[in-house]
Amino acid sequence: MKVTLSHLTKIFPGRGRGNKKKEDVIAVNDFTFEIPDGKLVGLLGPSGCGKSTTLNLICGLQKPTEGQIFFDEEDVTQLTPQKRGVGMVFQNYALYPHLNVEQNIRFPLENLKGADKLSKEEMRARVKEAAGLVQIDELLDRKPAELSGGQQQRVAIARALVKLPLVLLLDEPLSNLDARLRLQTREEIRRIQKETGITTIFVTHDQDEAMSISDLIVVMKDGVVQQIGKPQEVYDNPANLFVAKFLGTPPINLFDGRIQDNALLIGEEKVFTLKDAPNQPVHVGIRPEGFTLSKDGVLSCHLSRPEVMGRDISIVSTHPASQNPVVRSIVDAESCEHLSGDTVRFSLNPRKVFLFASETGNRIPFETL
Amino acid sequence: MEKQNQKGWLYLLPALLFLGIFMVYPLFDVFVYSFEEGYNSASQTFYGIGGYNYSYVLHDAYFLQALKNTFILVIITVPLSTGLALFISVALNSIKPLRELFQTIFFLPYVTNTLAVGLVFMILFKKTPYSEGLINLLINCFGGSSVDFIDGPYWAKMFVLCFYTVWIVMPFKILILTSALAGVNPVYYNAAKVDGTGRLRMFFKITLPMISPMLFYLVITGFIGAFKAYSDAVALFGTNLNAAGMNTIVGYVYDMLYRDSGGYPSYASAAAIILFAIVLTITCINLLVSKKHVHYH
Repeated sequence: MKVTLSHLTKIFPGRGRGNKKKEDVIAVNDFTFEIPDGKLVGLLGPSGCGKSTTLNLICGLQKPTEGQIFFDEEDVTQLTPQKRGVGMVFQNYALYPHLNVEQNIRFPLENLKGADKLSKEEMRARVKEAAGLVQIDELLDRKPAELSGGQQQRVAIARALVKLPLVLLLDEPLSNLDARLRLQTREEIRRIQKETGITTIFVTHDQDEAMSISDLIVVMKDGVVQQIGKPQEVYDNPANLFVAKFLGTPPINLFDGRIQDNALLIGEEKVFTLKDAPNQPVHVGIRPEGFTLSKDGVLSCHLSRPEVMGRDISIVSTHPASQNPVVRSIVDAESCEHLSGDTVRFSLNPRKVFLFASETGNRIPFETL
Repeated sequence: MEKQNQKGWLYLLPALLFLGIFMVYPLFDVFVYSFEEGYNSASQTFYGIGGYNYSYVLHDAYFLQALKNTFILVIITVPLSTGLALFISVALNSIKPLRELFQTIFFLPYVTNTLAVGLVFMILFKKTPYSEGLINLLINCFGGSSVDFIDGPYWAKMFVLCFYTVWIVMPFKILILTSALAGVNPVYYNAAKVDGTGRLRMFFKITLPMISPMLFYLVITGFIGAFKAYSDAVALFGTNLNAAGMNTIVGYVYDMLYRDSGGYPSYASAAAIILFAIVLTITCINLLVSKKHVHYH
């Protein structure tokens, strides 16, 4: 099912009265987006950016201050969560502690009324199917307290899937799992989503998670959507400084630079000649993989140390114009053979270099000559 | 290891000593008294040992009346007060404005003296040659005829006693249940809502199991408290409860010890042991029932 958000806004009124009244908090600000049917969408952003609120608006636990939500063509903005028929996995799973796994998974089915009502046999079959999908068939008569974090998470997913929802919402589904289980489970989520074809929206603050399994990612900050796109596209073409900084490990390297007479300068070094660019100060962002070691490279840095990462080598160096304490670049292990002395020189791949306006942080497109 | 144990016992000694002297020994002594026939507390003598005291008490019309009164009181007030308290707590939990005010109002009876409340109830219910009492005025208003609730028919007196008991025990239950309800993590309700759960089902399938330990605690203490009722009856009907036909088991024990028929510690002890046996049985039944329906997390 297609999910459409139209000018969705949620404002939490500030507490207190009179002079002591705090400012209203705009948790979600004018969010418009159409989530195509059957896609896995990651809402990504730092804590407090409004991604969980967006999820709560979609499932109906919170009412938007303004704007509408459509499931396909139907306006569901005013519907209670009970009537929306979405499946949701909560951050701490919210499994009912007094019910065993089977009863937990069956719970949503027992709520069905009228024509949708299921017989005991049908329920058992559906529970079995959902449990099979997340591979917890053997745990059905355990209580949630007797399960590991990863198992609880699977039960929560099974409970969300058992009523065959048209939209599945996951709120920080992996944050309570250890690193290894997190990797495994995110593949699992991807597999289940592919198998069922359910339109899935999940919230995360971990960019790796979002990048690795999403069809589309939505990067948010302070309630405002910064960029929407396929993970690779957003990585390759960040819309602004925030997105560029938020995505990528190791993070992007930032320099103070300026455009002067069609030349891009980092510090006093001219790195590119540009076509028709107005003079202005800029932030220069360079992805770690945008550097290549070269004797006559355009950018010279003071070498601190190389870090061996196996296939690649990460060169840690410093540069006076760098906004970060160190400049981190990733280069081929082979190209490091002529690494000597205090100074390293890099040539830059223009496709991995981004310019941002120093005031607004917006991306400035450029072409090199 | 040995030394550790000795130290442990040493630390426990003061508490054990006090408990032994003031709790265990009296309990044991009561048990002994209840089998000593014709015990005289002044001369500390008795004729023999046997079950006569029990037989006397169980054939005493006053005791049987007290037993009947106590059972009626327990059966009516425990479910009623717990149910009402649950209803009020849920209602309190679902309103936002003025919640604190209502909580305070509902809690007031708890800090009010039993006898003072009894006085007010008497004024409300009593019929005198000069006044009908407020409740009777209300009954008359709706076309009924006056009833003497304090000196009148048995059912009227029992009604007042139950009404009074429910009123006096409810505040504590409301206090406990509102905090139990507030302690349920709202994420369960959110999950249930998203799963399309109706309000009623949410209450029975989520709220009730989640607060079941507290509810169970209230039922157990409620049973024990109601079996031990005495002061409530005194507050309403005065100290001569046998004459009013409103005596309770504890009242009977007290009468046997101190009132005009008093000076019979053996009978009093036998009655107390019977009460103990009843409370123990009921509590055991409660515990058995609770195993299936109470969920501790």
